[in-house]
Amino acid sequence: MSEASAAPAAELAPRSHRAPLAILVALVLVAPWVVYPVFVMKALCFALFACAFNLLLGYAGLLSFGHALFFGAASYATAHAALEWGWRPELCLVFGAAVAAVLGLATGLVAIRRQGIYFAMITLALAQMFFFFSLRAEFTGGENGIQGVPRGMMFGFLDLSRTYVMYYVVAAIFLLGFAILHRTVHSPFGQVLTAIRENEPRAISLGYKVNQYKLIAFVLSAGLAGLAGGTKALVFQLASLTDVHWNTSGEVILMTLIGGLGTIFGPIAGAVFMAALENYLAQLGSWVTVTEGAIFVFCVIAFRRGMFGELSRLLKRPL
Amino acid sequence: MPDSDVILETRGLSKEFRGFVAVKGVDLKVARGTIHALIGPNGAGKTTCFNLLTRFLPATSGTIVYRGEDITRASPAEIARKGLVRSFQISAVFPHLTVLENVRIALQRKRGSSFDFWRSDRVLRAYHQRARELLDAVGLQDFAQVPAIELSYGRKRALEIATTLALEPELMLLDEPTAGMGNEDVERIARLIQQVAKDRTVLMVEHNLGIVASLSHTITVLARGEVLAEGSYQSVSKNSAVIAAYLGTEHG
Repeated sequence: MSEASAAPAAELAPRSHRAPLAILVALVLVAPWVVYPVFVMKALCFALFACAFNLLLGYAGLLSFGHALFFGAASYATAHAALEWGWRPELCLVFGAAVAAVLGLATGLVAIRRQGIYFAMITLALAQMFFFFSLRAEFTGGENGIQGVPRGMMFGFLDLSRTYVMYYVVAAIFLLGFAILHRTVHSPFGQVLTAIRENEPRAISLGYKVNQYKLIAFVLSAGLAGLAGGTKALVFQLASLTDVHWNTSGEVILMTLIGGLGTIFGPIAGAVFMAALENYLAQLGSWVTVTEGAIFVFCVIAFRRGMFGELSRLLKRPL
Repeated sequence: MPDSDVILETRGLSKEFRGFVAVKGVDLKVARGTIHALIGPNGAGKTTCFNLLTRFLPATSGTIVYRGEDITRASPAEIARKGLVRSFQISAVFPHLTVLENVRIALQRKRGSSFDFWRSDRVLRAYHQRARELLDAVGLQDFAQVPAIELSYGRKRALEIATTLALEPELMLLDEPTAGMGNEDVERIARLIQQVAKDRTVLMVEHNLGIVASLSHTITVLARGEVLAEGSYQSVSKNSAVIAAYLGTEHG
């Protein structure tokens, strides 16, 4: 009975995220009363996007350089379903996420055959193809995007045109997505994913068909990135080329790296940080990008593990 | 042991890299329940042979038969599932997982449940007891909660063996299990190999001829991708071609 000693506690403690989870929920609930709600909604959409991206890069070691494809495609799909088909918002969001997941499956099937830079380049190339498709296709509205997307009545009784209702729906979507990702990372599947990131040949030699795991992770990540994109379309009542632009793919990488790659909370912090930068530095005009770049270089040099990576090291516990 | 059951056999196994022949027409027969060593000077093609056997590299020609089944075209993961599990020359652990988690990854594969992304990893605690038994067997019981990256080299190799054992392989392929180790570690690993070979077949690439002499039943000597000699240590070590290949630096 070696389990009876101190061991079980030691096996449990490092994984317990109760306190940080409680803080996160509290912050999400209080935020719109302190900060401009639309800003927080934008931050939450990007936070979910970054967390979904982090599942791939942080836990499976796969650098996708084309995640805007899933974010943007879902944004278009959700907006189209809401505006043209008049679907209820919850169905539009599910539809958007499903479209993203299907595209994730297709992209994943092609991309996971290659590793490292080749994987990144394949995802980038496919995302670029989609960008030019969106530019030309009819239903995306080309340069104008899909404007005036109705927010509608969620479940028939939640009037999303009211800011605070919309906010708490966004908050719920974010927390749901985050919960799915948190569970995935801390599941038997997540363990295998981590093992593949740590030492892929060894995982293969233990009999794991690693491509199947990578593909599932890819589809999950794409689907949740899509949920984030669809939600963003409802919040801003707009789906545009910006959502599918490679710039968005780059930004989500920055958010994840600044927040802390492979930390569960880091990408949220990174997303909020980047959204805040864009918002509060807006008066600098085109200098925003330059400032972002400078801050990014500083972050990578000064704290390579990202905000939460460093914090987790200080506190000696995974975050 | 000419009549004992053959677990693994290769016929005319060859590997060519852009005109360079790394492995040339190797016929190998590994008898069930033995420790079979593959030795030879640097660049003799030993590791390439291992990579061919486990399909980490595709063979240019030749066939590989495992338990009477042709596995020349199987995928590496399938081969592992059939019970032919390898180790690597450079220690193969999952560095940022704990020692216990390392072993558990293997148990988890063997017993299913590894696709469940919706379940809590608490279900994996069911494997802890077996994982601890395996760690006991290799003398790592006190390191269960240590990240693998912090282990000494010798202990990493021991962990690797524990992880491989978790799959209960019928045939274990060890690629230089004692390379780069101090004397104490070498002895510990040697004892470990002897112990694990009781219930299974071991095929190993090894440079330490002391280990090879004391452990193996059969030795195959490779040089320049070809089989130079095969037999017991006594017969192989007297073979003039083998002595020439090693330039007289073999047994001490």
